[in-house]
Amino acid sequence: MKRGKKKGLFATSYLTLVMIVLYVPIILTVIYSFNANKSGTVWSGFSLKWYEELAGDRSLKEALINSLVLALGSCFFAILIATSAALGMRNRVSKLDKVMSYMSSLPIMIPEIILGMVFLGVFSFMNIPFGMVTLMISHTAFCIPYIFTMVQARLEGMERNLEEAALDLGAKPWEVFRDVTLPAIMPAIGSGALLSFAMSFDDVVISIFVTGARTNTLAVKIYTKLKTGVTPEINALATVILLITIIMVVLSEMIKERTKTKEGDSI
Amino acid sequence: MELVNITKTFHSAQGQTEVLKGINLTIEDGEFVTLLGASGCGKTTLLRIIAGLEEADTGSIILDGKDITALEPYKRDVNMIFQNYALFPHMTVEENIGYGLKLKKVPKAIQHKKVEEMLALVQLEGYGKRYPDKLSGGQKQRVAIARALINEPKVLLLDEPLGALDLKLRRQMQLELKRLQRKLGITFIYITHDQEEAINMSDKIAVMHEGVFEQVGTPNEVYYEPKTSYVASFVGDANLLRIDGELYALRAEDIQIQEGSHCTHKAKVLEKSFAGGQLRILLELSDGQQVTASRFGIDYDLKEGEVTQIGWSRAQKIK
Amino acid sequence: MAGAGRRKSNNWALVAPLYLFTILFVGLPLIYMVYLSFMSRAKVWGFTNDFTLQNYLQILEPIYMSTFGTSLKLAVLTTAIVTLIGYPFGYFMARLGAKAKRLMMIGIMIPFWTSSLVRLNGWIIVFRSNGVLDKLLMWIGLTDEPLKLLYSYPAVVFGMVYALCPFMMLSVYSSAEKLDWRLLEAASDLGAGRARAFFDIAFPLTMPGLMSGIVLTFIPSMGLFFVADILGGSKVVLIGNVIQEQMTKGRNLPFAAALSVVLMLMTSCMLGLYRKICGNWKGLD
Repeated sequence: MKRGKKKGLFATSYLTLVMIVLYVPIILTVIYSFNANKSGTVWSGFSLKWYEELAGDRSLKEALINSLVLALGSCFFAILIATSAALGMRNRVSKLDKVMSYMSSLPIMIPEIILGMVFLGVFSFMNIPFGMVTLMISHTAFCIPYIFTMVQARLEGMERNLEEAALDLGAKPWEVFRDVTLPAIMPAIGSGALLSFAMSFDDVVISIFVTGARTNTLAVKIYTKLKTGVTPEINALATVILLITIIMVVLSEMIKERTKTKEGDSI
Repeated sequence: MELVNITKTFHSAQGQTEVLKGINLTIEDGEFVTLLGASGCGKTTLLRIIAGLEEADTGSIILDGKDITALEPYKRDVNMIFQNYALFPHMTVEENIGYGLKLKKVPKAIQHKKVEEMLALVQLEGYGKRYPDKLSGGQKQRVAIARALINEPKVLLLDEPLGALDLKLRRQMQLELKRLQRKLGITFIYITHDQEEAINMSDKIAVMHEGVFEQVGTPNEVYYEPKTSYVASFVGDANLLRIDGELYALRAEDIQIQEGSHCTHKAKVLEKSFAGGQLRILLELSDGQQVTASRFGIDYDLKEGEVTQIGWSRAQKIK
Repeated sequence: MAGAGRRKSNNWALVAPLYLFTILFVGLPLIYMVYLSFMSRAKVWGFTNDFTLQNYLQILEPIYMSTFGTSLKLAVLTTAIVTLIGYPFGYFMARLGAKAKRLMMIGIMIPFWTSSLVRLNGWIIVFRSNGVLDKLLMWIGLTDEPLKLLYSYPAVVFGMVYALCPFMMLSVYSSAEKLDWRLLEAASDLGAGRARAFFDIAFPLTMPGLMSGIVLTFIPSMGLFFVADILGGSKVVLIGNVIQEQMTKGRNLPFAAALSVVLMLMTSCMLGLYRKICGNWKGLD
């Protein structure tokens, strides 16, 4: 036992230490969001006043709604485009498909700043007014790769004969899709969508370039506020966002777990 | 080599599992010893303890008069063939085989020569530059053997090395392993759950069950003179029959039907089936005990439901 | 229809949206950017269609070259630190039991998915003058006055490392998780000590994870201008900051385009190199 234990102890303490550092800013944010003190550097008692202020801030509420609409919308379009393409590209060998899927993955491979710059340039060239539409297009662009790769991987891992069995049993092609294919790729769509939602909700760099004067997203708003220094109100806002994130992570873990047990059953 | 009173308990969230409950075994130099048992009987754990990959709770391992119990695995004169070969995927066949020598800082020229010898020994000449993923199962097996043997270990441990091969290849590799072992004179400790394999290859078989050796002996002894009911049923699935309060092991092929005067027991034919070149006949004795008899060939002039006389030439009394 | 077996079917309707979207909003814009980078700047806003190399020549000016230098240096430094911290983390994590792994996974995913702004906000609380770190150090007695860490180079490096570390951890983890630990046992059985077995077996076999971790760290670190913006104040100027400035304040679209083209070339070189190295590995997926 002694030999193995020593190494285990080192690994465990290392993992724990890094984990703690990972959570320092998050925990501090939560703690300080309940701080009554205005300056934020000293602790002077528990208070909910920053949350009250948050609830009263109309421009923040607007930004939040914008962010949600944007994240949900771009997720929706990305799911439609990416899933149908993944299905269409299945079982065919086409050079063009390869080129296009590579090209569609560029938005998450090149630095965000370039993407922002590129979109700014091309939208003004196309004369599309900056605002929700431009935001939606650019966010859809970087959401597509997440969903596309996940769905494609799932389709590749899927047993072909399931669909053939359904056909053999008399299902029409669209019924096969509805009853066999779609349920199989659903988890991939789900986790891809959650990830893109998080990315869209979080995005600052691209949004800064393509947002209009009157459409603020929450992330952009926080960014401008952070540049001028931290206010306790931001801590409260950050805590709310954190809560949303945790819910999403738990959701995605649940999706993963469900697919795993399902697959386990079929073996 | 000697194993003295080895015990091992695994601790988990579900509680403790005593995997080895005091194992004692003496192995002569150059012997082919098989640890035979169903999965979960502790045989792999025992092998890993001998290799040094696992530490025993108590007991000691003596090799050539020296206690090697506390030695790190890389300091033991013992090498192992892993269940799935564990070939290094990023090294060529040559690099895989030569790895042990490279670690010992053997000069390059000698390394090369020895690798070539090993390739010849396992009949893989010309495969040296390939990567493991370009080899068939049998070839991978040979590389794994060569990689272990090049270190000239005193003892070679083999953990179900033929488990992943198909039947035909298995038979072939059984013969080849036996040939290698005779040629090199190295002690082999071989793990399998296949009693046929054990009987074919071993000098000595240790039948293992729930962390203890049920019986240690030559294949003949284990097959014909099982000491316990477990050994009797696991090795060549013998019939267990209770006669006058005593338990006897009865081999299917030793049961005679309507042959001669000692067929004194009345029995009813319940079922006939054909398996592995043998006809198996399930019979029920008058006291309700069931036995299976076997005959070569397909045809046997008995109908299901018929009552006949049976007897046996040999029955081993067991505990 | 998609599920309709191996028979040849017309799938063009399914792939058309992706084709259209990608050409229109990825391909075209990139080409447009390259085009733009060769145009002349207009007096007020926008550009005129006069071909020029002026934008690229301007990059060669010392102040922009040094910005590229700073960005590159920061990216290399960040990547190095991330590797040192993230590799052991991912590797150790892969050796945990199934339950602990799952827990760690959720543990990493939460900060990873949390808005980077939320995390940056937390680090401002830590680093600012008289902030948590200062208080802690002074309480221990290591320092006796505020360190003024916020708006400094170390703070930027720290912020970058923090933001990008999970990429390395996860990609090393996914690679190490596929590692067959019996190979290490086999090496040890053949006479390799613990360190030797690691460097001969585990390290080369987790190389793909390490490399993709490096790419995933290096490329974003060239463009993460807002970390430098928030934790570095105006003290640390990276290429991303310059691009943003040229777009917004400087209103010099062609020059920003030229800078982007150069940055993109640098990152594609990096990606190309990565592909080349990975392509050379034998016996690895």
